[in-house]
Amino acid sequence: MNQGNEVWIWAEQRSGRLMEVSLELISKGLELSQRLEVGLAAVLIGDRAEELAEELLAYGVGKVYLMEEARLRLYQSDVYANIMANLIYEHNPQIILLGATTIGMDLAPRVAAKVKTGLTAHCADLYLEEIDGRLQLVQVVPGFSGNLMVKIACPQRRPQMATVRPGVMEKPNCMEEGKGQIVRVKPNIKEEDFRAKTIDIVEEKPVGIPLEEANVVVAGGWGLQSAGGFGLIEELANILGGAVAGTRPAVDANWVPEERMIGQSGKTVSPNLFISAGASGAPHFTTGFLKSKVILAIDQNPKSPIFEVSDIGIVGDLRKIVPCLGEELKRIL
Amino acid sequence: MPLNIVVCIKQVPAPEHFSKITLDAEKNTIIRGGIPSVINPLDRHALEEGLRIRERLSGRVTALSMGPPQAREVLEEALAMGVDDAVLLCDRALAGADTLATAYSLARAIKKLGKFDIILCGNQTIDGATGQVGPQLAELLDIPHVTYANRIEFVDGSFLVVRRVIEHGYLDVNLQLPALICVLREINQFRLPTAIGIIEAASKEIKTWNCGDIEADTEYVGLGGSPTRVVGVFKHKLERRREILEGSPQEVAQKAVHRLRELGGI
Repeated sequence: MNQGNEVWIWAEQRSGRLMEVSLELISKGLELSQRLEVGLAAVLIGDRAEELAEELLAYGVGKVYLMEEARLRLYQSDVYANIMANLIYEHNPQIILLGATTIGMDLAPRVAAKVKTGLTAHCADLYLEEIDGRLQLVQVVPGFSGNLMVKIACPQRRPQMATVRPGVMEKPNCMEEGKGQIVRVKPNIKEEDFRAKTIDIVEEKPVGIPLEEANVVVAGGWGLQSAGGFGLIEELANILGGAVAGTRPAVDANWVPEERMIGQSGKTVSPNLFISAGASGAPHFTTGFLKSKVILAIDQNPKSPIFEVSDIGIVGDLRKIVPCLGEELKRIL
Repeated sequence: MPLNIVVCIKQVPAPEHFSKITLDAEKNTIIRGGIPSVINPLDRHALEEGLRIRERLSGRVTALSMGPPQAREVLEEALAMGVDDAVLLCDRALAGADTLATAYSLARAIKKLGKFDIILCGNQTIDGATGQVGPQLAELLDIPHVTYANRIEFVDGSFLVVRRVIEHGYLDVNLQLPALICVLREINQFRLPTAIGIIEAASKEIKTWNCGDIEADTEYVGLGGSPTRVVGVFKHKLERRREILEGSPQEVAQKAVHRLRELGGI
């Protein structure tokens, strides 16, 4: 391995645990760094986080830059961004991947603007491609219509920065013990650097099965309005032991909470079975479940684009079909 | 102390027409001709929050938008809702900007506006959906920011506590003005323009500024000033079966369950 500019992932910790998406980024980070023949490092900021650093090494990163301090326990937008930027100036990584959590999406743009580089949000895929004689990070994001995908690069500036939603990449295997090293970096923070200061975190236990972990996801759209709302699909999800989700219009109608929205500005899921009921299949919705193993769609309009992205389609009245499907499933499960 | 409040708003294609937007594969540009435009949904909540802060603490609300000449429409709407001033940043040189170049241009315009205390944005737009411009704008203005805000509480005229949503919970953030806040839908119920508002808005002027007016360095604006570049467009291969089942509800339910089993869905 040469001493070239590293590939980095930002390892997000919250309340003493690593976010799943940070671990998912390691597999992509390893793939990119191996092709570039450089090291993969994680940046970890927190308080008493050595155990988490060990965990990152066990998942395969070669190095962890660890910044520990009591005042860094909670996410601090100003200070975290300063620390990241200083670390970037010092080590000049060529790529930085961040999880598109509500905090990653706060930190990444601030850092990118600080170091004056490009940033691509919510990448569906990342790979290296030679462009104008140089290996560039191609960042794939969904386009507006149908199945169009857009390739974005950051040709001139470094680092190349991208965010990736939870559930898009696969978590690597964990080894007994990592082989990498922990590099402690002393954060140089002054109290006046906390212009925005996080003073408290409140985390609630999620209700129901977390969407990303559900084996079956049943998502409802606006078409459920004339079918008496979400009750129909909630029952179907219960029978299947699955999670309930919705489209943007379903969230706007308050049938499902915002955190259960599927799509471009919501969650990405890849369950074993995805059922869409009463959604026409706008691309900003469909992009959130394209990687599901099997997709079943039910809608009253035979022309709905949802049928183009599904394995099995049923055209008809949701009020009749969904209960029948439920009965049939109960019979066999 | 009256506050100077700036609300950044964007005109976006109406979501129900997204499927009509296509991409020019040769030029790598978006073709959205003839598609109706609306104000970005979250930006209405940012406008509403600005108006509420003004009503509580006094001050002036300026709506700022960057876009083609037709983006005046969203500023007219903002005026009808009750903002005091409206500025359209409009110049061919700004076209094709990515989020950093957009943030740079907005930062220049805000500096030209003069003293500001609070800048409000919708947390993300419905078209690009990156949510990046807010934090980048704050960085370029060298002020703190908070995203995903669903509650803003003033402790005194220049110090606030902002509640920001995280996955399954929230953070409370102390914030010293001047600052930038990106808001979520839950923050408020926005008002609709009244008839009087619309009449009054018609007599208000919308300032139009170009790159020269904001003294922007053309090296940092538009497509040329954007670090990111679209390098290609391709069709995603969807290897889906696209089978359509037919029959009575009972029949299709049976067929569906049968096929789901065969395909390993259940």
